[in-house]
Amino acid sequence: MNLLAMPLIIPVALALLGVALRNHAGGRRAVGLLTAIGVPAAAFLVLVETLGGDIAHLAVGNWRAPFGIVLVADLTAAIFLFTAAVTASLVFFHALLNPMRGALDKWFFPLANFVMLGVNGSLLTGDLFNLFVWFEVMLIGSFVMLILGGKRAQLEGGLKYVVINLVGSGFFLGGVAMLYGITGTLNYADIAVKIQLLDEPAFAHSGVLLLFGAFAIKAGLFPFFFWLPAAYHTPPAVVTAFFGGLLSKVGIYAFYRTSSLFLADGFAPWQNLMLWAAALTMITGVLGAAAHFHMRRILAFHIISQIGYIMAGVAMFTVAGLAAGLFYFIHNNVAKTNLLLISAVVERKRGTSRLDRVGGLYKAAPWLSIWFLISALALAGIPPLSGFWAKLGIVRAGIEGGFGWLVLAGLAVGMMTLFSMTKLWAEAFWKKEPEPGGWEDEEERGPVTRLGLAPVVAMVGIILALSFAGGAVFDVCNAAASQLLDPAGYIRTVLGGEVEP
Amino acid sequence: MEFWMAIFIGVLVAGAVFSLLRRSVFRLVIGVMLLSQAANLMVFTTAGLRTGQSGIIPADETVLSAAAADPLPQALVLTAIVIGFGMLAFAIALVYRATRAIRSHDLNDYKTTDSEL
Repeated sequence: MNLLAMPLIIPVALALLGVALRNHAGGRRAVGLLTAIGVPAAAFLVLVETLGGDIAHLAVGNWRAPFGIVLVADLTAAIFLFTAAVTASLVFFHALLNPMRGALDKWFFPLANFVMLGVNGSLLTGDLFNLFVWFEVMLIGSFVMLILGGKRAQLEGGLKYVVINLVGSGFFLGGVAMLYGITGTLNYADIAVKIQLLDEPAFAHSGVLLLFGAFAIKAGLFPFFFWLPAAYHTPPAVVTAFFGGLLSKVGIYAFYRTSSLFLADGFAPWQNLMLWAAALTMITGVLGAAAHFHMRRILAFHIISQIGYIMAGVAMFTVAGLAAGLFYFIHNNVAKTNLLLISAVVERKRGTSRLDRVGGLYKAAPWLSIWFLISALALAGIPPLSGFWAKLGIVRAGIEGGFGWLVLAGLAVGMMTLFSMTKLWAEAFWKKEPEPGGWEDEEERGPVTRLGLAPVVAMVGIILALSFAGGAVFDVCNAAASQLLDPAGYIRTVLGGEVEP
Repeated sequence: MEFWMAIFIGVLVAGAVFSLLRRSVFRLVIGVMLLSQAANLMVFTTAGLRTGQSGIIPADETVLSAAAADPLPQALVLTAIVIGFGMLAFAIALVYRATRAIRSHDLNDYKTTDSEL
């Protein structure tokens, strides 16, 4: 039994079990608990397998690459897989410890498992068309999760999300068709080999560029991010927390994978485009956040802004840049998901996270405020927290690579992030609680027990671990980045050593 | 033949973009539909549009003859059509629910989630 199949088998089995047991309260909780443990466990096994620098691969049905579909995990894939699984797992624990109601309770775990299946499949596959299929699996699950409950705002946001993603799928399929038409293969490794042998790589690159358009839509990159702030604040808060660490990050992973394999030496002509996209993503994201006055909307805009930093690391296309991007991804996934979880707790306590309607949380829940403060300062990049090291990595890679203007943009956006976090702190936690004005709750209220805060505390623990023992993690990211920039090993593992890259 | 197919796909994409930019949600769905069909046709065309040869390797040979169309994209496009069909069914159901909840099919009435609060 090959371990690489586990991150796919576990979610699909639990999803089907969850659908079957959805009307049984005990069964729902059992499925939830199994999901919260099983998903990170499977990812951990893959991480252990690849940590030494080996590339794990599984030829599905024993069809040799490039004829069959392969699952491949190198260190980058394993890092994405494990980080996504751990943050998702803590969201699952939050969902278990803070009971949900109605349709959400019935469908959360089955749907979340389908989304996890799509995410894990996208991270592990070694085949371009298969990636398309996994994207669609992830999308259909997220579509349903987004509109679960069917409130007007959800339907509006959901419509935008669905349409832009279907347009993205069209781009993707067009890109796949062009690449297949030119190279005659769909296997990543095989495409990487064939693309080098082309007389006119520009044609293949235009196919890759179509793919990049699709990935940019998924990742929420400038100028394709408009669906994200329109949709992310509409579903129940726990769903937003779940999405925040997963959906856009898969798009980023696709950039990592395809730019290292398909473009390699041909990266230079596109580099400026990607650098600009990264810088504008950071800037527009943080400016959007500054304009808003609603906790979850502000955090949704910060997702975009932070994607810009990770993308900056990818666009520099050096070992230092790619490694810093990976570390940034790990830090950001934890810090951002934790902030979204805290906003979920706030909405559970107060029925809304509109900043003009909440307040006084420092007095009412001092510990929650401390957890928020640590996560928010980490996100803004205040030393010695993890965000500082992540930004330092990006800045250092930028200076070494000669992208001074990008570094300046990054630092300015860091300041703006701090401004935004201070706004959240001052409005939600510090100011007096406003008189209740007879408004309608956006989110159902419920009690938050001490145990219900456990996932938030665990996330803060991870942030502190990344802050004070981040060196070890950075070493792993460095190893992953070197592996990415030297795709020969990947190609040899997948194609079986017969083809010389 | 491929040349005319390319022109046809271009026309489909142009129609898709035109529909996507209209204000009605129904036109939006039609635009998505056309775009997905254009992408499917693109995949289909990569096989090569050839007639008169089946994609079966004769008993005494090991590779497909060059005159036959590549069978793989046809399998791919089948998958893509099925996925696109499912997505479209979902999109239509969503539009139905959204127009019932919002009582309008003008996209200008779908902007309440874009406010600052």
